[in-house]
Amino acid sequence: MRNVVVKDAEAAVEGIKDGHTVMVGGFGGAGLPTGVIRAVLDKGVRDLVVISNNAGSSGDDLSLWFGGRIVRKIICSYPRNAQQFAEQYRTGAVELELVPQGTLVERIRAGGAGLGGFLSPVGVGTVFADGKETVAVQGREFILELPLRADFTFVKGRLADSLGNVTYNKTARNHCAVMATAGETVAVEVDHIVEVGDLDPETIVTPCIFVDRVYARSR
Amino acid sequence: MRPLSRGALARMVALHLPEDGFVNLGIGAPTHVADYLPADSGVMLHSENGVLNVGPKPQDGQEDWDLINAGKAPISLKRGGSYFDSSLSFAMMRGGHLDVAVLGAFQVSKDGDLANWTTGDNGSPPGIGGAIDLAVGAKSIWVMMDHATKEGRPRIVERCSYPLTARKVVTRVFTSLAILDITENGLVIHALLEGMSVEVLQSLTGAPLSTAGALRTMKQDGTVIA
Repeated sequence: MRNVVVKDAEAAVEGIKDGHTVMVGGFGGAGLPTGVIRAVLDKGVRDLVVISNNAGSSGDDLSLWFGGRIVRKIICSYPRNAQQFAEQYRTGAVELELVPQGTLVERIRAGGAGLGGFLSPVGVGTVFADGKETVAVQGREFILELPLRADFTFVKGRLADSLGNVTYNKTARNHCAVMATAGETVAVEVDHIVEVGDLDPETIVTPCIFVDRVYARSR
Repeated sequence: MRPLSRGALARMVALHLPEDGFVNLGIGAPTHVADYLPADSGVMLHSENGVLNVGPKPQDGQEDWDLINAGKAPISLKRGGSYFDSSLSFAMMRGGHLDVAVLGAFQVSKDGDLANWTTGDNGSPPGIGGAIDLAVGAKSIWVMMDHATKEGRPRIVERCSYPLTARKVVTRVFTSLAILDITENGLVIHALLEGMSVEVLQSLTGAPLSTAGALRTMKQDGTVIA
């Protein structure tokens, strides 16, 4: 029987390489897979392109990657109150692609769903339309937004079974459930791993078909 | 005559929210509108990180850091609340399912253009978050803000000088001095702070004001009377 359980965060990041595109779930600290953040840093990879809602703050989060200078570019919606990122942004050491939050998650959804993008009304008439194709549909103007995928996707769930079915906890679901559909390798950090059959099928938010690796967060 | 306090402005907005409406309160000052909703209010608050029917801030020591709002502050969930992923959350916004979004702003134009995400200062990284999605998607976009800058310059203007969040979306502005409706006929004063004259308000506003019918009066506590 399929079993995607790996022993720890280090095993979960196996195969990550310089220049990879990496999605990291979470909104603030909720849904943030902190174990893999440290494991990626320990791997010594560089020039990552990161897709995440935020750019860390000052704790056990993406600020560690900016402090370690391993990020070349970040695609995110709200990189505020992020001191390590801000310092590198000011010197031009890291590139920022600022994306409206709903557009960010929908681009990821398109990537995971095999779509070539989508037409959004968000950003019409603003700098967020610059350089993008516009399309009129039934008299309304839309922007063509392109899909996002990643080499590695790291998210945080609550429970997983050994097949890779995942549940989430409250608002920690945020971007995680959609990101889990859009990575070549998807690794999920969870609080506990349970037996196959222990999860109520009605509560499974990410079905195991999307998940390649799960590991239990160390206590 | 002094402008409304932050609290009184929040109370005034709370008193205007539609009964049983689905409402999103933006980050910053709008978040405090929730503090002035009565406990038995039927208003259902949405937060874009994936929660509907947000309840009050938990007591000290009761915080759950997996249960937060868009400002990343701990919240509680009311009975009948639900959780969902960000894609569904923004479908609620863009899809026109929210009745009202209350947002802060740097500037609003007489045509309802909204500038609330950056002043163009290059010193610090900009953040857009979900404000732009809200501004495009909710059925009604309300702004709450100080009427003028600290230096007395208008924030309600002919044309925004700051980068726009969205064009022609704001329908009502609640300020520390007045409530203005943005209509096809321009800015219409809906209510005026007690002791404030239309002439003084006009001098602090960068576009022409008009009145339509009887003016309501804003009291210092944020209540509005006919």
